[in-house]
Formats: sequence, structure tokens, C-alpha cells
Amino acid sequence: MLRYTEDHEWLRAEGDEIVVGITRHASEQLGDVVFIELPETGREVAAGEEVVVIESVKAASDILAPVAGTITAVNSGLADTPGEVNEDPMAAWFFRVKPADGAWLDGFMDEAAYQAMIAG
Amino acid sequence: MAELRRTPLYDLHLSLGARMVPFAGWEMPVQYPTGVLTEHRHTRADAGLFDVSHMGQIILRGENAAAALETLVPADIVGLPPFRQRYGLFTAPDGGILDDLMIANKGDHLLLVVNAGRAEQDLAHLAQLAASHPGIRVDPVEDRALLALQGPGAERAFSWLVPTAPDLRFMDASDLDWDGTSLWVSRSGYTGEDGFEISVQADRAETLARLLLAHDGVAPIGLGARDSLRLEAGLPLYGHDMDETITPAQAGLGWSIPKIRRTGGARAGGFPGADIILPELTAPTRVRRGLRPEGRAPIREGVTLYAQPEGGEPIGRVTSGGFGPSIDAPIAMAILPADLPDGATVHAELRGRRVPVTIVPTPFIKPTYKR
Repeated sequence: MLRYTEDHEWLRAEGDEIVVGITRHASEQLGDVVFIELPETGREVAAGEEVVVIESVKAASDILAPVAGTITAVNSGLADTPGEVNEDPMAAWFFRVKPADGAWLDGFMDEAAYQAMIAG
Repeated sequence: MAELRRTPLYDLHLSLGARMVPFAGWEMPVQYPTGVLTEHRHTRADAGLFDVSHMGQIILRGENAAAALETLVPADIVGLPPFRQRYGLFTAPDGGILDDLMIANKGDHLLLVVNAGRAEQDLAHLAQLAASHPGIRVDPVEDRALLALQGPGAERAFSWLVPTAPDLRFMDASDLDWDGTSLWVSRSGYTGEDGFEISVQADRAETLARLLLAHDGVAPIGLGARDSLRLEAGLPLYGHDMDETITPAQAGLGWSIPKIRRTGGARAGGFPGADIILPELTAPTRVRRGLRPEGRAPIREGVTLYAQPEGGEPIGRVTSGGFGPSIDAPIAMAILPADLPDGATVHAELRGRRVPVTIVPTPFIKPTYKR
């Protein structure tokens, strides 16, 4: 199941974890990504906390934790090949987060709602 | 907000899929679908075509135009041979820089090219000059586009249309015929590459651009790559690496003030701020330097620099910074105390941490000008 945030992240439920990346729309807006700083695994994060730094040729931006929880894995290969975010943003995941009790994907946008937002 | 101006190549940019952004009052292409990294690398590998029509083109006429302009610009303009071009600065009475510009001697007039964002002030500045110098006339060029064709493949691509183009050497400026249309061409640019800047009448600009783009190896390049190319070439940008608060010596542009305009020279001084600018040339306390940050995180304009890894007072801030696609690493420029040697380490505060940064000479890449 894919869900989307207002910050142009995609969220994919896998077991009891959520995998997080950015949408094609976001990667196109950012331009060529040249640097990614990922969080430490095991870090406890609050919803809305800045967890990833993305630097493109144009600017720096942050990826926020969509829910409160614990970072269980990061895609460390992205640090060496940040351009994957532009080439295949839906495959270039950043981190997995195990949500704290009660936090899940309810309330995030589905594909149709997200497409409507970016068309808006 | 005032309506953005469009260059004669606006429709071409749209048809090429450009992303248009506001820039200095103009609607300009920041990148095309291939993106900044590809455009940058393409320019260094072959040839890139840039629309720089937003820049101000100004004609200065009159018997003593060169001498008059020397009262605003500390360059050797009187001694500029016909069909040669020089880089210069408009200076302010307090020693700051009002703009940087190119000055070409076109035989019976001077052709100036100034920054888009400063063109209006520059014209007012020149109008005052004309008012105090009878016989001098200032005419903004409103009916021409300006293209830059840059890169190792530029000569081959341009000579396909204009066979006489290879006759020009670096900083030559001439009128060349293209199929009955007169092009004002200089062999120059702002990328660190060999190339040409081509002024063409507006109604012929799109045809010329399309013919150049039809040539193998020529790709359209946006402002994004223009900025990373000039940064790698160690070329300062007005409003960033120099402005009204930065003197020529601090901006690392003392080289543009020749001996003849310096203390003891035959035409020493006589320009705004000379009493501040000239003494500083021999021993500036602060000067623009190149920076190579450790790691891969870009260090951008405005980032504060410290001498120490912790504590202490700031010693400067980054004036231009980003990622250098051709050297595949972050690079930056900053105005720093002149006594720090090349190779010294300073520290940039980035997201609450201090990142070691090495002071290096510029340019970051080796320029390929055809001298």
C-alpha cells in the first residue's frame, strides 16, 4: 500500500515497518541530487523531525519522519550514488521506520489525492 | 511584482522543455530536461549554447569615449586596441564594486556588456557620464539577443555557420557575417572554456540558435549549469562574490586594474574610489579564495567560516558554493583573511556542525581559452 505526504514523500507499508522515499515530482523539483545524509539506524524520531538531508545542484532540503518511531534501516548505498533519486525515485528508498504504538498510515494521501495535490 | 521580461529565445526555451524561472527581472531557463549535471558536463566535453540575452548590451560613442569611460572604470580602455575586449569594473567612491563588465573596442564605438540585474543602474551611471562629457552618447541595445556558445566543440560548431570564426583569438571582438546578418562576436565567455559570445538581431536569434543546436554536440544549457561552470572556473559573480561592500582587491580582481591606472602609472587613478582601491591592491587584508570542503556535502552562499573547529569568531562567509560536477566534489569561494596560506584548513558551520574546508587556488579546473 502506497501513501503520500504533503512533503512529497512516498510511504510503503512492509510488515510492521514503513519504507520512505520521495516522489518523482519532488525529485524533479529538486533537480540533480548530489549529496544525501541518512540517519543512524536505531534513532528514535518524532513525527515531522528532520531525518535526511538532501542536497541537489540547486538547494538543500530535508526529509521529515512521517510518523514517530524508530529508524530500523537506511539505504546506505544512496550516499555513494545519490543520482538514483533522480533516475528511479520510487526505488530509491531512504529509510525504514518502525512506528511507535498507534502510528500508522491512516490519514496520509492515496495516489489519487496526491496527484490532485500536485496538479492543484 | 513587475512583469518579467522575455528574451527573443523564450519560445525556443519552452519548446526545448526548459524550466523557466525569474532571474534579475527576466524569465530565464534554469535547466532543460537533461538537468544541470548533464548540461554542465556536456559543456566541458563538447559545446553548450546559453541564452544570455538578459545581459545589458550598451553602445558608447564619441571621440573621447574611452577616456570618459576610464573615469568610471579602472581599466586601460584608451589603450584597448581595435577589435579587442577587456574585463573591467564600475567602482564606487567608497571602493566597492557597482558592477563588472566587458568592454570591446569596435573601432568607432565601445560595446559594453553588463549584468542584467545592474543594467538599469549602469545606464543611469553612464547617462551621468554623458551629461558631463559633451559628445559622448550612450545607447542601450534593445533589439539584439546575446548567445554564448561555450566548450571545446564551440569553434567547430560555430565555424560551420561562420567560417571566419576561428580567426578570433581569446578576447578578440569583431563583426562577422552570417548569411548576410552581421553578428557581433567576441571570443570569450564565463565558463572557463573556449567559446564565443554572439550578439544577433532579435528577429534572427531563434534561427541562429536552432542552427547551432542542430549541430552535433551542441546542447542548450540553462542558468543552473552556467553557475556551476563559472564557479569551477573560479569566476566571481556580481551580487555574490563582489558587490558594493567588496573592493576590487578583496574580490581578487586587482588584476583587472593595469599598471597604467595604478599609483605611479601614466593615467593613475581618476576613477571612483581610487584613493581607497589603489593602496589596497598591494596588500589586501582580505581576499577571495577557493575552498574545497571535506566530504561531499555542498557548502553554499552564506555559510559561516571559522578558524577553529570549535568556538571563536567568524572569519568570513561563503560567497558562492555548490557542487562542482566536473571535479565531482563540492567547491566554494569566500572572502577570507589574506594571511591564510593555500592549503590551510578553516571550518564551515553546516547544520550545527563544523566541516573542515581547505583553502585552494582558483580556478578549480584548468581553463581552455584559445589565446
